[in-house]
Amino acid sequence: MNRTNRRRFLQGSAAGAAAIALPMRFASAAKRGGVMRMGKAHGQTSDALDPAIHDNGFVIAMTHAYNGYLTEVMGDGSLAGQLAESWEPSADGKVWTFRLRRGLTYHNGRDVVAEDVIASIDHHRGEDSKSAAAPIVKPIVNIEADGKYAVKFTLDAGNADFPFVLSDYHLPVMPVKDGKADWQSGIGCGVYRLSNFEPGIRADFTRYEDHFDSDRGHFDEINMLAIVDPTARTNALMTGQVDAIDRVDLKTVDLLKSRPGIKVHSIAGTQHYTFPMRTDVPPFDNVHVRLALKHAIKRDELVEKILQGYGAVGNDHPIGQGQLFFARDLEQRQYDPEAAKDHLKKAGIDGVLEVDLNVADAAFAGAVDAAVLFAESAKDAGIDINVVREPNDGYWSNVWNKKPFCACYWGGRPTVDLMFQTAYQAGVPWNDAVWENDRFNSLLLEARAEFDAAKREEMYFEMQQLVRDDGGTIVPMFASYVFATSDKLQLPEDIASNWDLDGERWAERWSFV
Amino acid sequence: MIGIIKLVAKRLGFGLVTLFIVSLIIFWAVEALPGNLAEQVLGQAATPETVEALSKEMGLDRPAFVRYIDWLSSALQGDFGSSLANKRSVSEQLEPRFFNTMFLAGLAAAMSIPISIILGVLAALWRDSIFDRGANVVTLTSISSPEFFLGYILILFLAVQNPIFPSISNVSEGMTLGERTFATMLPAITLTLVVIAHMMRMTRAAIIALLASPYIEMARLKGEPRWKIIVVHALPNALAPVINVVALNLAYLITGVVLVEIVFVYPGVGQLLVDSVQKRDFPVVQACCLIFAATYILLNLLADVGAILSNPRLRHPK
Repeated sequence: MNRTNRRRFLQGSAAGAAAIALPMRFASAAKRGGVMRMGKAHGQTSDALDPAIHDNGFVIAMTHAYNGYLTEVMGDGSLAGQLAESWEPSADGKVWTFRLRRGLTYHNGRDVVAEDVIASIDHHRGEDSKSAAAPIVKPIVNIEADGKYAVKFTLDAGNADFPFVLSDYHLPVMPVKDGKADWQSGIGCGVYRLSNFEPGIRADFTRYEDHFDSDRGHFDEINMLAIVDPTARTNALMTGQVDAIDRVDLKTVDLLKSRPGIKVHSIAGTQHYTFPMRTDVPPFDNVHVRLALKHAIKRDELVEKILQGYGAVGNDHPIGQGQLFFARDLEQRQYDPEAAKDHLKKAGIDGVLEVDLNVADAAFAGAVDAAVLFAESAKDAGIDINVVREPNDGYWSNVWNKKPFCACYWGGRPTVDLMFQTAYQAGVPWNDAVWENDRFNSLLLEARAEFDAAKREEMYFEMQQLVRDDGGTIVPMFASYVFATSDKLQLPEDIASNWDLDGERWAERWSFV
Repeated sequence: MIGIIKLVAKRLGFGLVTLFIVSLIIFWAVEALPGNLAEQVLGQAATPETVEALSKEMGLDRPAFVRYIDWLSSALQGDFGSSLANKRSVSEQLEPRFFNTMFLAGLAAAMSIPISIILGVLAALWRDSIFDRGANVVTLTSISSPEFFLGYILILFLAVQNPIFPSISNVSEGMTLGERTFATMLPAITLTLVVIAHMMRMTRAAIIALLASPYIEMARLKGEPRWKIIVVHALPNALAPVINVVALNLAYLITGVVLVEIVFVYPGVGQLLVDSVQKRDFPVVQACCLIFAATYILLNLLADVGAILSNPRLRHPK
């Protein structure tokens, strides 16, 4: 059902010039009131209000609570306008015009206008930008106001997914002050006002009564606490000190489930765990070595033992089963030691292949265990994997993207294009397998500018196959988002899967029973 | 009296010299890290351009010696610069957390010091009795268990099975003293259990050592009751070693409680330090280290002074 909705939406956009109709918002019967207390697994003293450096679940939830975005990913995975009332592309997909709703106000009462949007995007642009969102706004060559309530984006190439890009959590619309986006004040145009923020400890919110959408924001107040220790988080939920927690400890999830008054939710999404191999370093520069390793991993076992069943097997490409353009007809790769041996022979290796796999649990929860299981299953395939345990501290700067063979995780990217351009396009900094495939890279640009959904689908299918059969990344599993709530909370029927906790928009979408 | 003031001043001077040396070590330890500091800070996002931009922003293009003088002179005025990660002033971040840490340490000290001294005196009084053995076994067990484990046990019994105290210490600024004490109770009990053994056994040992001395024998011959011998005659002379142990434990309560902070989600300095190390936020790390060092030095100084005051021989050195 969801799939047809999304497809219809894309066909609508494919029709081109006509303004895109927004999905209707039905008046919900959710109860208003109450103080919502959330226990988050993230939150550090180094957190700040600046969206350019947002990088963890705590600040992502915070920014969604007090900020507005031009577009948002809905519970069913479709895209809707939030501050934007409508948008339309030029025929080649290079120029996009977004129209703002009227009557939008910031928490200090000022109107939201085109100038704010421009300053907010410019916050991430420019030569010396240190913003984490710099790569995703790089294709924007020009932004200009088209009257007081419309903004025109000009891109360096056509991009049919551009409205999705603007839903990225780094890109809230902030008030302009002296020509620059003012993130310091913590004033936004979101459903809640930020009333208190102590980095690494807590953030508190009160509802903004003049928000344009009266169907959003059911809680009077929100207290969000950073509870990094999983045991402390679980205890806080069990003793009723918080109403919901994210990142449930999978080792004890069955015990938590059996407690009365607590519900555990599991949302299959785009989050996946990988083992990237650098294709510019021997022996991984040989595609048969890569294929041998891909055949030497027991995917079902990893899902069962590392994810405790809360996930799905991966097919060596980064697109999740629930995602639009997922290559359904691509055969699922299985554990096959004989095939692995064949590939080793083709690679000219007689006897045993020896490789080092550098891992730490910083890569993902259970990464070291997963590597040991991998090494065990690879033995029968004639591969000797030496698991090197690295310290968690400094893993991302010293091991990942540096060592030839390591572990990594990827969070949600709402579209195929965004996922590919972040980690698989030739030359991008996060292409951790240093994989360069000409066919893949030309298809990527072609598909991005293609408005015909059927043609795009064909191209994306081929790209997934290329990543699977030629790429340098083993994608053994997709991990579900697992969170727990008290039964006093009411959650919507469709829960978004682009991020944890309903796309980190729980503050405005959930309510008390 | 003048002698004492001179003595304290001298000790204080030594303390300052130690602190200066510590500041040198802290600064140069960070300098000695391999690679460019800016590169370390940026980690995943380090490209030649961003590294150069950040180096300039952090003033890394100036010689290290100049930066040390700069850092030390502003630190003396209470200005530790601003955090690399979130650009906020370090002192502003440290202040509420330091207050929280002091509050927790104070509460734990208020419980643990009287309890351990009383237990120590009683154990000496009823030496080798069931009580003595029992107190030893219980306190040694609690000091031998890792503190996070003690914390989890307390949470299990006092928060989950019998909901008396909250399992997380969710303290915030607007709380009254009573609310704050209530919220901080479980971590304070945990810390009390951790430090009690050390102080109690020191008290017991110091008193027992004195009980063999001739003046105690004299008091016994005079027919004084046992409790009076211990409290009036032995305890004052046993104070010096006890004060030293108390000071060491106080320093531990302030600087060594990061595990307890994490288990109870208590917003103290320890968590700030760990976060900052992970984020390579050196100004914060340096400030925390300096404050911890100052705390240690100050408490040791107090212990020295206390020991001197309680010992006439040291009070009037020949």
